[in-house]
Amino acid sequence: MELHNIEKLLEKYLEATTTVAEEETLRTYFLKGDIAPHLKEYTTMFQYFSMAKEEQFTKQVPLKPRKSNYKWLSVAAVAVLVFGIYFGKDYQEQKQAEYVLNETEKAFQLIAQNLNKGTEKLVYLGKLEETTNKIYTNN
Amino acid sequence: MKQTEFLNVVLPFKDKLFRLAKRLLVSTEEAEDATQEILLKLWSKNDRMKSYDNVEAFAMTMTKNFCLDRLKSKQASNLKLVHSNYTDTNASLQTQVEVKDSVSWVEKIMESLPENQKMALQLRDIEQYDFDEIGKLLEMTPVAVRVALSRARKTVREKLMEKHNYGIA
Repeated sequence: MELHNIEKLLEKYLEATTTVAEEETLRTYFLKGDIAPHLKEYTTMFQYFSMAKEEQFTKQVPLKPRKSNYKWLSVAAVAVLVFGIYFGKDYQEQKQAEYVLNETEKAFQLIAQNLNKGTEKLVYLGKLEETTNKIYTNN
Repeated sequence: MKQTEFLNVVLPFKDKLFRLAKRLLVSTEEAEDATQEILLKLWSKNDRMKSYDNVEAFAMTMTKNFCLDRLKSKQASNLKLVHSNYTDTNASLQTQVEVKDSVSWVEKIMESLPENQKMALQLRDIEQYDFDEIGKLLEMTPVAVRVALSRARKTVREKLMEKHNYGIA
């Protein structure tokens, strides 16, 4: 009786017209053991199917990173920008001061050079005094 | 979506993804890599995940496409896969060996089926999806799924009968 039913279901099974529930009855029949010998090859099939369903994915998936990286990237960028402006300003001021110092030094040097030129000419004043002294003593 | 929430959504069907990937790619390592890739892809668009009405079907389709792409690129680059990892993890008892051996024939027979039949058989007889779901997943009509499935089942049965009649070939 039951065997007849199973044979009928198997026929439908091969035509793929069984429902999921009917396939479930077939599966339980073939996994129970105690199977008619002429249906033996089906046992292997159903055994394999239920065995294949046991297989599991055991690998760990690293989910943590990605995502919030971009948020922190913008924060870091802003920090770098602020530091840059802050220290950059100091640096620029220093550069400017150095430049001014250089320029003034140059100007002083120019003045000093010209002053030296002027004093060179003053040597003749000494000669003038000498000669006037000579004149006075002669008189 | 938080990580735990995501895992709760993904956990029920991650094994199904892996089994489908393994059915198509055969090698366990490749299937693991593929599954990981798919889960990471899902995770990267997890903010949109609530808008998918069926995440499982979506993930299964992703897996199918990913694996088929993999197979295609492998063929294109002329790489031959050597499948040597047929080890049964829990085949220790002598009495079980014989049964397990003939059971693993089914795996080999399934491997020789065309991809559509392979997937139809996997989704129906192992994962128990109904024809509409399979049709959507494989982009086939339910009728075409039925035909593919019927052919696959008949082929497996015929080849198994051959093995039983002639012993291990």
